[in-house]
Amino acid sequence: MIFLRRQVPLLITLITGIVFAAQYYVPHPASEQMLTSVTKWLQIIGGFALVLGVSSLFHVHAIKIRRKEAGWGYSFVLYVSMLGTIAVGLWSNGKEAVDGTMTAFGWIYNFMMVPLQGTMFAILAFFIASAAYRSFRARSREAAVLLIAAVIVMMGRVPLGEYLIPLSGDISQWILNVLNASVRRAILIGVSLGTVALSIKIIFGMERSYLGGGKE
Amino acid sequence: MAVETIIGAWVATGLTFFIFSFLYKDNPLFKLAENLYVGVSVGYTIVKTYDTVIVQLIWKPIVENGEWALLIPVAIGTLMLTRYVPKAAWLSRYAFAFIVGVGSGLAIPRTISSFILKQIEDTIRPLMILVPGDGVTFTWSLLNPASSLNTIIILIGVSSVLFYFFFSVEHTGPGKVVARTGILFLMIAFGAAFGYTVMARMSLLIGRLTDLIEFTDPSYGRPSLWLLGLTILILVVMARRSSSNPPEEQ
Repeated sequence: MIFLRRQVPLLITLITGIVFAAQYYVPHPASEQMLTSVTKWLQIIGGFALVLGVSSLFHVHAIKIRRKEAGWGYSFVLYVSMLGTIAVGLWSNGKEAVDGTMTAFGWIYNFMMVPLQGTMFAILAFFIASAAYRSFRARSREAAVLLIAAVIVMMGRVPLGEYLIPLSGDISQWILNVLNASVRRAILIGVSLGTVALSIKIIFGMERSYLGGGKE
Repeated sequence: MAVETIIGAWVATGLTFFIFSFLYKDNPLFKLAENLYVGVSVGYTIVKTYDTVIVQLIWKPIVENGEWALLIPVAIGTLMLTRYVPKAAWLSRYAFAFIVGVGSGLAIPRTISSFILKQIEDTIRPLMILVPGDGVTFTWSLLNPASSLNTIIILIGVSSVLFYFFFSVEHTGPGKVVARTGILFLMIAFGAAFGYTVMARMSLLIGRLTDLIEFTDPSYGRPSLWLLGLTILILVVMARRSSSNPPEEQ
């Protein structure tokens, strides 16, 4: 039984890992077709993973409502809005617009989701500014450099900043395209080396945390 | 103007003010909008996933084109759901093993090619550039990211930042200078990322304010003005109620 529960999953990982790593070096139509098919397969399997996540959300809020815990009314609002959106979406066949006419599902998207999402992220502007005011002190040389770079980039992104400091636009572009790009590149190289190392460990069974704990 | 657009303007304006009310303090109006946001977003994702996965990727190809091989990923996906049955939960490992195996296999060659070799290639560029008319020359322009001077700066930046994160060698002597150069580059990049993020959020804020200004138009029934007043009124009433009934001390 341990073979079925522990060894077979490791074998599946080993075989699929080696096959799809090798696929990159085989420029044959059959190899390309295999890649196209497995990409579609991963999308389908990902859909089932969503079921796991959503059912967990359903469970957490259902318990809150059943026990009438503090704030259970908000859980009820979440339930109603989620089920309402699903019902309307299925009724509209998942389409926001048909022949240029907005559907009920499109109405929910345009007049509920977009404003809520936009405002939720927009209020972060206030909190980021407030946090920066409290914590951005040029206590050291490094902190001063960070502060100056942030101010120049912010000034360079708006017409008023360019009006007040005419060179801020060019300096901002230089910081983003040269200095920032070089750091991003270094971090990307480091992260990629880590990704490759982790992938090799997973394929050869040295990293097994994805199989979860529990009984063998 | 269509009735649904007018109703939509009122709903969008109300929800926008409910979220903005958090700037005053955490309150029931914000929590209502917050949970509504989560509910609508999850519902939207479920519908879109159903349409893309179940209808477009499974049902139509199988029924219309007879692609029965698609039942294999359906079976693998179904194995994931065995997590709800404790005795059969181990079967879900097959699904995770498949996803992780394919993901790792695909990642290795592509990551090496695109994110390591290509990045190194773009970092180590020729210092002398062929300029039409001037022949082979060293370009000093800072504004051109491909200039020779910027090539040197990028090379110094990438090398010093990589060295800073290389802990197998003690950062002393010349190594300390290189590591400190790396820190300076990192600080500039963090500052730039911060400034860029703030401005992106500001752009979203301007978008919301533009909508609120548009909804002050009489053709919509001036929802911005009415709902702003209503939101403030509700917040004042709630503040008075909580001050007249202070929470009991434990």
